[in-house]
Amino acid sequence: MATQLAEPEVRTSNAPEAVVVRFAGDSGDGMQLTGGQFTLSTALSGNDLATFPDFPAEIRAPQGTLFGVSAFQINFGSTEIDTAGDAPDVLVAMNPAALKTNVQALKPGGLIIADTGEFTKRNLEKAKYEVSPIDDGSLAKWNVLAFDISALTLESVKPFGLGNKEALRCKNMWTLGLALWMFDRDRAPLIEWLQNKFKKNPVLAEANIAALNAGHAYGETAEIGGQLHKTHLDPVPSPAGLYRTVTGAEAVALGLVVGTQLTGLKMFFGGYPITPASSILHYLAGMKEYGVTTFQAEDEIAAIASAIGASYAGHLGVTSSSGPGIALKGEAMGLAVMTELPLVIINSQRGGPSTGLPTKTEQSDLYQAVYGRNGDTPMPVIAARSPSDAFECAIEACRIATQYMTPVILLTDGYIANAAEPWKVPDVTAYKPFPVQFLQQPNGPDGTLLPYARDEKGARPWIKPGTPGLMHRIGGIEKNPGTGNLDYSPAAHQAMTDARHDKVNGVAKGIPAQEVTLGDTKGKLAVVGWGSSYGPILQAVRRARAKGLDVSHVHVRHIWPLPENLGDLLRGYEKIIVPEMNTGQFKTVLRDQFLVDARPLNKTSGQPFTIAEIEAAIEGALA
Amino acid sequence: MNAITPITTTLKDWESDQEVRWCPGCGDYAILKAVQRTLPDLGLDPAKTVFVSGIGCSSRFPYYMATYGFHTIHGRAPAFATGIKLSNPELDVWLVTGDGDGMSIGGNHTFHLIRRNVNLQIMLFNNEIYGLTKGQYSPTSRVGTNSPTSPLGSVDRPASPCAFALGAGGRFIARGFDVSKNLPDVLKAAHAHQGAAFVEIFQNCIVYNKDVFEDFAAPKGAEDRQLWLANGEPMLFAKGTQGIALDSEKLTLKVVDVVDGDWQGAGVIVHDVTNRSVAHMLVEMPFGPFPMALGVIYDDPRPTYEGELLSQDEKAREGKNTDLARLLAKGQTWTVEA
Repeated sequence: MATQLAEPEVRTSNAPEAVVVRFAGDSGDGMQLTGGQFTLSTALSGNDLATFPDFPAEIRAPQGTLFGVSAFQINFGSTEIDTAGDAPDVLVAMNPAALKTNVQALKPGGLIIADTGEFTKRNLEKAKYEVSPIDDGSLAKWNVLAFDISALTLESVKPFGLGNKEALRCKNMWTLGLALWMFDRDRAPLIEWLQNKFKKNPVLAEANIAALNAGHAYGETAEIGGQLHKTHLDPVPSPAGLYRTVTGAEAVALGLVVGTQLTGLKMFFGGYPITPASSILHYLAGMKEYGVTTFQAEDEIAAIASAIGASYAGHLGVTSSSGPGIALKGEAMGLAVMTELPLVIINSQRGGPSTGLPTKTEQSDLYQAVYGRNGDTPMPVIAARSPSDAFECAIEACRIATQYMTPVILLTDGYIANAAEPWKVPDVTAYKPFPVQFLQQPNGPDGTLLPYARDEKGARPWIKPGTPGLMHRIGGIEKNPGTGNLDYSPAAHQAMTDARHDKVNGVAKGIPAQEVTLGDTKGKLAVVGWGSSYGPILQAVRRARAKGLDVSHVHVRHIWPLPENLGDLLRGYEKIIVPEMNTGQFKTVLRDQFLVDARPLNKTSGQPFTIAEIEAAIEGALA
Repeated sequence: MNAITPITTTLKDWESDQEVRWCPGCGDYAILKAVQRTLPDLGLDPAKTVFVSGIGCSSRFPYYMATYGFHTIHGRAPAFATGIKLSNPELDVWLVTGDGDGMSIGGNHTFHLIRRNVNLQIMLFNNEIYGLTKGQYSPTSRVGTNSPTSPLGSVDRPASPCAFALGAGGRFIARGFDVSKNLPDVLKAAHAHQGAAFVEIFQNCIVYNKDVFEDFAAPKGAEDRQLWLANGEPMLFAKGTQGIALDSEKLTLKVVDVVDGDWQGAGVIVHDVTNRSVAHMLVEMPFGPFPMALGVIYDDPRPTYEGELLSQDEKAREGKNTDLARLLAKGQTWTVEA
């Protein structure tokens, strides 16, 4: 198999440090499941990893079609892994359509494993192949290992008397078995998982286990002339501790639970189903015992409105969506800003305007988050850079929301939401609580109540309805700076606009100074990123630095307000490039805030950056 | 779930210090007074009472109540109120909306609030016009309403709020009007109902839709044009000389004459607030051929949304370990040795 290294310049031995495998098949072939289980086995073997699930928006697209292909890519190795890898070393293609849509990404010399049982005339036609690519020499630059996985699977599950359709469904386990053999993995955890998954149908469990074992045995015994061989990747040296894998959606849910507990409050989560954000609601719906109430609202507006209602009543209100749903929530966000109630809003960004690319990833909602509301409506915005970082960011969002009495937007994206990575389980006792104090007594002179008096951070008191003697009215109309009573006067609007603005700007005083992620605090070039382009930027900068280039990586979590030292830091570099999966949104914010000559590097294909793309931009900038 | 110990208050305890800013003569004043008169009778505590509203003339209501108040955004008050009730079911929530706020921009939320049966009172002030935006026709305006946006007369068919609420699965449907002396009783019945209690209150917009309800609300001749429903009582009006009976061939209601008080002989229906079929006929009963049906049309409680949801949550929590460290380490884990 291909043994080309992800990082050739740091190659130290003949064994690969990292391998990229892509499983591709029909959306009904169970590729996400196969990928997920391969991920788990990779994690258990101690390799570092990053994954990229890439699937169509259709749940079960017509079988065999090009648009129905579902893929799962994993990059794993015995060194630190930050991206799902640029080009795969191995492509498992379960049908002609999967081959066609994925083969161009494969590294020259890479290995194709194809199920010839699916390369029928009909399937070739559906994939727009006139002749089978296996036979016509068009795959010459790759190693092709084509055999009838379908038939081998049917053979292996014969004793269980399944119908043909059911028997063929075991194909993914057969393939997984082969992959486990290829990378020297233990089958036991998978067998245990299958027994558990098919607890109610032991025959199916046994059949799937038999397919898994058969795939494994095939690797062990088949004589395939050196194309297929076993590769062992040593565990990556990691800090000692307990590990698990985590996706961004899980990490957000867990971070919200921990963050809410650090406030001492209960959480109310109002949500409405939308791809790729729904899984946060799914996870939280199963965490009731941690003081969570979830509410599936009738629409996006009701989801945020119920969450604001909950915050008004003294819970921490949280809502989550993706771009189009966030657009619907805009007016309610304005009310949360106006009434100065805490609220956490998570946007798992997807691609494009309108419905766009529901299952693909993009970072194109930054303007929407920072600027996208009527009036001067400032709101803190933070962005997670990876699945595990989403945990920390969710806690940070809870802190800012409650400490500053403000809605906060947390940006993740489709990639972070679905991708998995190993995660060192954090020690919850290490997080400092930030308990909320509700106002219990009148806070004004002579026993008067001032719901819009401000503390040193500019935050107003949080007053729970039901508290005796503190009855008051709030709403979306401009108000008197102290009493909160309706006040349209010029002085009141000026004062309140300033107060809201100053309060949100003041959040910058309570956040860490911007650090350089990799490299030096000054130099020829800074690559400034935010969100999920963290992995490819970090790897590209690492490679460029290994080549001796003067380049540094600055990755920003706090998008609004920006860290106070960021402007000075950026001015220390001769050039700045900002890779983003949009047409240049963060670049514009940086230019506006600091008058620096930030240059864009944009990609809007619905796919994450490759390391090579960013590396090329670095070399171009320094040429 | 509402206030358990009755509190002694007077009307003054429910008046906020804010200057009321409705047009002089607006029907809203009468409704405000009716509410402020009713709440002391119910023994409620202003500190545990929340008025939630959307946008429109009616939605300024919370500012004038010395309770907790949340003036939210257009049409969405039901969703805010749902979040409040799910977070603190002990609060007594009154939702104030109008025909534009609750039936047009917020129709969706009104529907779901009633469908879910959140335990609160909904007061929909129906003046059949957009007042705060200066007089455009509304979803309850009658066909032919002349307005800035319908200079040739509106052609859309009006919606009936009570029929809508009943169709949404409402378990309490009532009607009143701004200056009616019976309004406090209707509000008390709404409050006594556990679940979403929907009250349509006809309200006279003296600027943009003046006296649009005079045909039945005017004191003169009111007896002939108002059918005040009372549970267990025959549906009589016009000083007992007429009543509502069932046309058993057409399966519709009909007006019958009652001679010498023999309403049984005339087949007049005895009002049963739990009879959903009759409720459907009453909310659809056209004014003109029939009197206006007022009072409690339907009242048949069933479990509340927050009661069901929160007890389900409680059950899910029973005996569960709530250790955060355990939550974070869920699923398959592995240990890297030092």
